[in-house]
Amino acid sequence: MHASVQIRAAATFLSGALGVVLIAAVLQLPRDAAGLTRLVDDELTRAGVTHAVTAVLLDFRAYDTFLEIGVLLLAALGSLAIRRTVDLRDIVPIAVPGPVLAVMTRVVVPIMVLTGGYLLWLGTHAPGGAFQAGAVIAAAAILALLAGRRSITALGPRAFPALLASGFITFQAVAWFLLIGGRRLLDYPPAIAGELIVVIELAVTVAVAVGLAGLFAAAHPRDDD
Amino acid sequence: MEPDLLLDLVLALALFWVSWRVLAVPELFGAVVLFIVFGLLMALAFARLAAPDIALAEAAIGAGVTGALLLDAVGHLERRRRHDTDRLGDGR
Repeated sequence: MHASVQIRAAATFLSGALGVVLIAAVLQLPRDAAGLTRLVDDELTRAGVTHAVTAVLLDFRAYDTFLEIGVLLLAALGSLAIRRTVDLRDIVPIAVPGPVLAVMTRVVVPIMVLTGGYLLWLGTHAPGGAFQAGAVIAAAAILALLAGRRSITALGPRAFPALLASGFITFQAVAWFLLIGGRRLLDYPPAIAGELIVVIELAVTVAVAVGLAGLFAAAHPRDDD
Repeated sequence: MEPDLLLDLVLALALFWVSWRVLAVPELFGAVVLFIVFGLLMALAFARLAAPDIALAEAAIGAGVTGALLLDAVGHLERRRRHDTDRLGDGR
């Protein structure tokens, strides 16, 4: 268990050096840098949403978000591949919850799902958005799983991977739709930019929620393993 | 001293202290709980830095989902350890 003195010394030296480099990097930042804030503010009127962060994530730098949701999909598929199944009935164990957890779950889970929906809607004009909404809904699903509610297994071996991929597929569908329409990749026409962003965000929310909950369910070996 | 500055100082010190404790605590369960505490404090720090989007993501993913995954892993490790000792006991 105990690392040798040399390893400890090396780790201390390396993390200390990293700390010094990080502090030096922060001190070298220009003091009055507005960064890209002005550029984003100027272009915000042409984005489909009024919240700057959502505009950057899903309009100006939508390509990054597109690949990010692909990474989440790969991670979930990877952990499901280790379990060698996409049928949640095979991997989700039956837990025996205490009475407090069972009652609390019944009260808290619907509120969490509602909060997720609210965050999604909020994202178009205030802090919020698809990733946060998806994470809250995933947390609700995980809580339900821990309390022995196997409602997530209602997603069959077809629906589960389909929902897992829905964000990536929707993103791609929009990208193709725009490319075929003669625009550049994810360069939304201003007239329907808002609608496209909401459609993508809806699918990304579902994909993030199912992806994170799926990661949890897949990391959950059956007790007879 | 201004109350805002005081809050920020306490928050920064608490972050350092909790991150040290996460690494130093001997048992895993305590380390995971402290890691969740660290995530929540980090979310507060992001909120203080006027980055509510990151604060929300940190609270939900950093503290919530990661915390649940780690707690679950600790639970399984402990169950496996108990299982192994039981089997050893049967063999004798």
